[in-house]
Amino acid sequence: MAAITLKGLKKSYGTAHVIKGVDIDIDDGEFVVFVGPSGCGKSTLLRMIAGLEDITSGELTISGRVVNDLPPKDRGVAMVFQSYAIFPHMTVRENVAFGLTIAGASKAEKEEKVGEAARILQMEHLLDRRPSQLSGGQRQRVAIGRAIVRKPQVFLFDEPLSNLDAALRMDMRLEIGKLHQQLGATMIYVTHDQVEAMTLADKIVVLKDGLVQQIGSPMELYHNPANLFVAGFLGSPSMNFLDVDVKGVNGQKILVSNAALDPVEITAKTTGYTVGGKAKLGVRPQYLTPVESGGMLHGSVALTERLGAETVVELTMKDGNRLIAALARDAVFPIGAELGLTFDPAQTHIFAL
Amino acid sequence: MATITSDNHGLRLAVRYAVLVLIAVIFIFPLVFMLISSLKPDAQLLADTSSLKAFLPVGDISFNNYSAAFKRAPVGLFILNSVIVTGVTVVLSLIVCSSAAFVFVFVNWQGRDLILTIILATLIVPFETIAIPLLLISSKLPWIGLDGLTWGWLNSYHVQIIPFVADGLTIYLFVQYFKDLPGELIEAARVEGASWFAIYRRIVMPLAGPVLATAAILKFLAMYNQYLWPLMVVQEEGYRPVMVGLQYFFQLNVVWGEVMAYLSLITLPVLAFYLYLQKAFIASIASTGVKG
Repeated sequence: MAAITLKGLKKSYGTAHVIKGVDIDIDDGEFVVFVGPSGCGKSTLLRMIAGLEDITSGELTISGRVVNDLPPKDRGVAMVFQSYAIFPHMTVRENVAFGLTIAGASKAEKEEKVGEAARILQMEHLLDRRPSQLSGGQRQRVAIGRAIVRKPQVFLFDEPLSNLDAALRMDMRLEIGKLHQQLGATMIYVTHDQVEAMTLADKIVVLKDGLVQQIGSPMELYHNPANLFVAGFLGSPSMNFLDVDVKGVNGQKILVSNAALDPVEITAKTTGYTVGGKAKLGVRPQYLTPVESGGMLHGSVALTERLGAETVVELTMKDGNRLIAALARDAVFPIGAELGLTFDPAQTHIFAL
Repeated sequence: MATITSDNHGLRLAVRYAVLVLIAVIFIFPLVFMLISSLKPDAQLLADTSSLKAFLPVGDISFNNYSAAFKRAPVGLFILNSVIVTGVTVVLSLIVCSSAAFVFVFVNWQGRDLILTIILATLIVPFETIAIPLLLISSKLPWIGLDGLTWGWLNSYHVQIIPFVADGLTIYLFVQYFKDLPGELIEAARVEGASWFAIYRRIVMPLAGPVLATAAILKFLAMYNQYLWPLMVVQEEGYRPVMVGLQYFFQLNVVWGEVMAYLSLITLPVLAFYLYLQKAFIASIASTGVKG
């Protein structure tokens, strides 16, 4: 079975350390998404699993076999690239069949397997075309077809949708999700798009500066982010962080406030808070509710974005900081209007500084 | 600021075409002069050089110079020799140099950049400086042919071919072109299980059409114009190429019409080859920015 284990994986280019010791366990058939900002090492990590980058140190196993020194072809992986990487001088049929041709498959076998892949991806009518005659979405299908035709144990996707327009991206995202259910293979998917990460993943690995920040299910990461970075990275719009003063500590209960925030008691998941210390209070924009009078937070409206189903309001707080609220309905707030907001303390996150 | 209107657009086009036509004429006139002169007897040829008649097929026109040229020298044999030497060198050179460039660009190995630098450095070494050492080496090398093991390569086709199969310029052309190929194509092929040789044969070479044409034309011209080296290593008429054959026309009495006839005959294969590959050659120059 295609379980994958990364143990203390490191990658350096001379003195530049790109991957600084990564440990991840991926179960057979799991859909894992590596997510993180540009330059966090997510693509490098994927390429190390594919065998396209050498592993400086650590151990990589696929199906219980250490594959550190195996070439890509002996790892049982297929990869879909950001640029599709389909061969321009071959027809779609030849592209999809490439791996089988290399493996010396018979013509009949190729016909059968290419036909099956084309049926799954609904591209039977494209088989005799050249890549230059295809649209972006069709090219991506060809790239995926080339990957599935060999029935590999592991699929690797390197930002496969980032060259597509928004509508097509959503369609292909759904299709990749369906494909995973259909094939039941282990899939590792790299993206910087958190919507792709949240919707596709069984497990998300958040990376930053070559280190794993947190591993968990999408909802686990969304509701219980391990640190400020994960809290800020997942969710759209991003979580608001308020600089607060710790006014009281009673076990897990922490009383915090600042110039724009009335004192509020938060249940912390970690310890290390002292009275008089500083902390960051994280509130997701979706958990802020406007109130007619009173409210825990106060500010003036700086900008509103009306999206129909929701309204994103940017507020300038009394202490000069910025706060984003995503209100679940269409609403009109004049620029400069004073607005009071409230939130459920149970839905906030506190991080000691 | 000047603007383009429908009035001055036509004028601009006319000026542009006039300049291009002038440049084309400058390049084509020597060829026209050669062809026209090859049809005239020497007295008329020399008289016509003082006027535009030199470029016009007027006066006493015949193919006598051609038949005389064939009598004076074994023209067919020389052309055949040149075609064999040039053709084999071009084919081998494309295979060897593209393989070398492939290994320099796509395969990671220790010392790769240093060796490539050394190969490129050979571009600044003129052939004349290595001609004598190369002659000494070639005259002592062993060869296994139809006659079994022999020593010394002089008076043969292979002495004119092998030293020119690998060269820095051709390797450089391929290296530059391969560097521009998307790396993900190669990586995709590797993940799909292709060996290095399969990647070279199935992915890289089918995409290398333009650079193959450029390298082939440059190599063809260099080889077809070989003079010094064959003069040094070939004493037997049977292996002489066209440029060395030109000597036959400057011994005893020089007949310029025959010289022009011979030159016209030996230029034809070059023109035919260039016209055949012209489209790909231009595409390659446009895409790589390398000037031929």
